[in-house]
Amino acid sequence: MEKELPRHADLVDERLVYWHFMAALIFMGASMLGGLLMALQLLRLNPFSGIELLSPGRWRMIHTNAIAYGFIANAFLGGLQWIVPRLTLHKVYNPKIPGLNIGLSWAIFWAWQLVVTATAVGLLLGQAQAVEWGETPIWIDPVAQLGLLLVAINYIPPIAKVEGPLYVSLWYFLAAFVWTFLTYAMGNFMPQYFVTGTAAGAVGGLFIHDLVGLFVTPLGWGLMYYFVPILLKKPIWSHGLSLVGFWGLAFFYPLQGIHHFLYTPIPMFLQYGAVISTIALELVVASVIFNFHATLRGSTGALTTNLPIRWFYSGMFYYFLTCLQCAFQVTLTFQQLIHFSDWVVGHAHMVMFGVFIMWQLGMMTYLIPRLLKTPWYSQRLLEWHYWLSFVGIGLMSFDLIILGIFQGLSWSSLLPWEHSLDLSIPFWAVRTVAGLLMIAGYLVFVVNVVQTYLTSRPAPQKAAVATA
Amino acid sequence: MLESKVGVLFIAGIGFFGLAFLSNALVPALMYRDLPEQTVEQLLRNNGNLRFQFEDLARRFPDSFTAAYGHPPEGAAEREKWLDTWSQHALQLGHDVYVGEACWHCHSQFVRPVSNEDRRFGPVSKTEEYQNVLQRPVLFGTRRVGPDLSREGGRRSNDWHAVHFFKPTILSIGSPMPEYPWLFNGAADKPNAKGLALITYVQWLGSWLESYPYYEDYQPSPIHGLAEKGKDQK
Repeated sequence: MEKELPRHADLVDERLVYWHFMAALIFMGASMLGGLLMALQLLRLNPFSGIELLSPGRWRMIHTNAIAYGFIANAFLGGLQWIVPRLTLHKVYNPKIPGLNIGLSWAIFWAWQLVVTATAVGLLLGQAQAVEWGETPIWIDPVAQLGLLLVAINYIPPIAKVEGPLYVSLWYFLAAFVWTFLTYAMGNFMPQYFVTGTAAGAVGGLFIHDLVGLFVTPLGWGLMYYFVPILLKKPIWSHGLSLVGFWGLAFFYPLQGIHHFLYTPIPMFLQYGAVISTIALELVVASVIFNFHATLRGSTGALTTNLPIRWFYSGMFYYFLTCLQCAFQVTLTFQQLIHFSDWVVGHAHMVMFGVFIMWQLGMMTYLIPRLLKTPWYSQRLLEWHYWLSFVGIGLMSFDLIILGIFQGLSWSSLLPWEHSLDLSIPFWAVRTVAGLLMIAGYLVFVVNVVQTYLTSRPAPQKAAVATA
Repeated sequence: MLESKVGVLFIAGIGFFGLAFLSNALVPALMYRDLPEQTVEQLLRNNGNLRFQFEDLARRFPDSFTAAYGHPPEGAAEREKWLDTWSQHALQLGHDVYVGEACWHCHSQFVRPVSNEDRRFGPVSKTEEYQNVLQRPVLFGTRRVGPDLSREGGRRSNDWHAVHFFKPTILSIGSPMPEYPWLFNGAADKPNAKGLALITYVQWLGSWLESYPYYEDYQPSPIHGLAEKGKDQK
């Protein structure tokens, strides 16, 4: 006789999931403001010119840090808090913190908000560390590292209690806990304290790359392998291809970091190795994308009726494009033309927003009404959020990618530097419009969340009656 | 194995990461272990180009210079030591401002052997140029909104840089570079300690190369003590 399964209410701390999502949305607002400020600066329309604390250079770093550590990390922590207990049927470890009246999960929540806020303050005060994507001031690095350790301590125990083979999502999560911890340590401490110069450049390249590939990507695919079968009510098409996807990513992804610094003094044989493993990964990516589209086969109607599924598959569409782009742009031939240009900026936006943030917004679209036990305030606003985001990121990425080609041609033909700036202005204007579309989508979503939250609260009179 | 906790945790999680770390991070570190990291003091030893620029700052901005560093001591040897100390200090502070203001997000510091970059900027970058504390963490950069700066030193005068940091569009019409008035005391000819330091840092970039251009001839500074340099050395 089967023993009774634990109930959802005993497994998942729904308030924590909800507040991780809210924190994520707050940081997304800060990030978008930073991006807008830099976009206006490039157009020479910065209304706050000459104000130290509103310097576009400093806000550009808030733009990237708030999105990576504020939005993406918070959204993942919320997602993990929902998925891991439900998949493993065990609660997260969550021991009581001595001296404080909270468990480890909430301690991580507060510690993480503190880390991201302190990072923003440190950057505004001009204390950046010269590590791209790791500009967190060096005095915060150890706290962030401790936070990542606590995340691993909190979420690995329920996975460890699972008997027999693990489900695909859990492979990705388990590996991501280890990788994120190691990647952060490598990127923030090695080039600061242990190696210098060219070798530090190699480490910096690994860090930029692994942060996307070994923190964001595996957690993102973990979400997809969990939510897509549930929403489509059918299993993933091929388990064998899932294995190819995971092990291919695990082997090839960490080997690629140096492709961020091609034609530097880093030894050429290492550059070749990074290029080859990047191209190899494209085959792995194709296998995963194929697997998910084969799963969708027969259910394509869900793309029109099921909004979270549409978010997820739109993200996969951009994932395929961005990875295909990777396989070409990583070659030395392409690098001659497009390195240092806005092509790379377009690529980065397509990866971070077009793929992972789209997935996370889809997850929020699915989970928030379940967390609040209230249907969405407006289905129509949800559609607006999707279309403004999807069109906005597409426009921004393609605009910047095309601009990169022109910039590269201008530079290599030895025209005066001003020529590359003059030709950029119209493209930068289009990018600003695209960014405003994405910001509008964000505002629409925030309004929708707030209204749904207000609807979920009992009206004052009703509450008074209930207590009386 | 492929779906087990041990396999995922130890082979994929730690094993593959370790393999990549060994081959991609430790190999270059070991290859360059014979190129020791230079300190700021070692970098400036015998760097006449940088000293020239630093004394030139004293000549062009005597009030700012005195406000930032005080008056030079009497005696040639003491003054030499004084200038050494403060130029090292300025170089380090200038580097910190460069990092804190995120200059490195719009300006790279390496010249590639392709796309005519050596014709636009100067000699292709070599490893030994980066083996110093001011490249910790390394400032290669990944984006060029503005030009590469690794050969910028000596190309333009200190005056030019002061005005440019104060309000770039005065000199580069249409430049999208932000203004940095907080590196000045209200006017372009009054850089504060951070402003002087940032100019020193930019003039240092490439100053170790044979091809470092001398922009203008040396002229003595009006600051008392510094101006008497020639007299003391007789």
